Amino acid sequence: MNWFYLASPATFYRFAGWLAPWFFGLAAILAAAGLYVGFGVAPTDAQQGEVYRIIFVHVAASWMSMFLYFVMACYGAVALTFNTRLAAMMARAIAPTGAMFTFVALWTGSFWGRPTWGTYWVWDARITSELVLLFLYFGFIALANAFEDPRRGDRAAALLALIGVVNLPIIYFSVQWWNTLHQGSSVKLTGTSMHVAMLWGMLLMAIAFWMYSIGAALTRVRAIILERERRTHWVRGLAP
Amino acid sequence: MSAAAARLEARESPGSFGAAFAWALARDVKLALRHPGETLLVIAFFVLVASLFPLAVGADPQLLARIGPGVIWVCALLAAFLSLPALFATDHADGSLEQMALAPHPMSGWVTGKIAAHWLASGLPLTVLAPLLGLQYGLEPEALPALVAALALGTPVLSLLGAACTALTLGARGGGMLLALLALPLFVPVLVFGAGAADAGAMGLSAAPHLSLLAAMLIVAALGVPAAVCAALRIALD
Repeated sequence: MNWFYLASPATFYRFAGWLAPWFFGLAAILAAAGLYVGFGVAPTDAQQGEVYRIIFVHVAASWMSMFLYFVMACYGAVALTFNTRLAAMMARAIAPTGAMFTFVALWTGSFWGRPTWGTYWVWDARITSELVLLFLYFGFIALANAFEDPRRGDRAAALLALIGVVNLPIIYFSVQWWNTLHQGSSVKLTGTSMHVAMLWGMLLMAIAFWMYSIGAALTRVRAIILERERRTHWVRGLAP
Repeated sequence: MSAAAARLEARESPGSFGAAFAWALARDVKLALRHPGETLLVIAFFVLVASLFPLAVGADPQLLARIGPGVIWVCALLAAFLSLPALFATDHADGSLEQMALAPHPMSGWVTGKIAAHWLASGLPLTVLAPLLGLQYGLEPEALPALVAALALGTPVLSLLGAACTALTLGARGGGMLLALLALPLFVPVLVFGAGAADAGAMGLSAAPHLSLLAAMLIVAALGVPAAVCAALRIALD
């Protein structure tokens, strides 16, 4: 198979259009299963009561917010090294979804913090680095759209994403020096301190969010391709 | 030819890193000395913003001594940030940036030289002035060396990271605000450890761990960021 076959925006436009509904469908099924496990099967938490159930959205959204930044930076690296248009468009297409999940993680976290900690917001290490991540996403989106020439914006934003991905761990560990209120991670590679049903609910929701992100990025990249290629024959051929 | 002479030859040959560094440093320092107003504006801004805080939060000496290191750091960060847009924008506007890029010298040489000159004109005066502000905020005299050392190590990192961001925004719409959105999140680690060092000094603890981390950041930034600045400038000049 020739992998460069899909690197052409015209081919990828059709391919993404065929693929996106499948990912949205998978996301809907997995989210339904995850919510069922989360609200129907998982037991009430011994310490936090029913409030903890926000975890099924909160943790999955936090994971996606960081993972999507990493994926975006990888597309940026591909765009800069191989000078491909499509990779830069994918990086652009991922950014708003990543920013949305970052915001959702902060928002649900503050709703979780109010009943359990007694406050909507604390300047804690994880929360602060998540907030900084949100601003890194905003910076990427703003820089990508700040130039008359979209190719210039593509490449500048790709480089910014790479600088940001190097800086993210530094930001994370720097803010961790403050004494932290946020609970430690319950899921570790060596085993977990959670009930199995809770873990399954979280994993299902995380995969559902992942599938949604792919579907949303593919749909958005189709719009970007149309906008960029609006003067080409194949796009004009699409109009009835 | 002896080894020493060969080294000298390499240093003085027109295409070397050192020659480009020295040339750009001398040029930008000379430009800064010809227009001292810009450096003075940075210093004035620093002192002015720092003096707004006691007016806003009240003149309670204990409170001021508590927030002093953090306030001085935030003011230094904003002052260093305000002088960033001019780093490449004026040279870009009159075309000399393209001429420099065409020169046979390695780009990283004169880029590093320009960043060093920027630090000499913005970071260094702030570092020298900080003890005075520290005394105005009622910091213990023993806390001042940590504050100065943290600023001396931290402000070059600000200049380096800021140079990368300002190179990315060359020719962009909404220049200043966009630069703030890009640069300020990247400044967070420097701010945390810089203010942490000064805080530790004020509480009578050892500031050494913070200073070591700041020095490590400076080394990593000095080695890595000029390459990113060069890449950003190449994108801008394309």
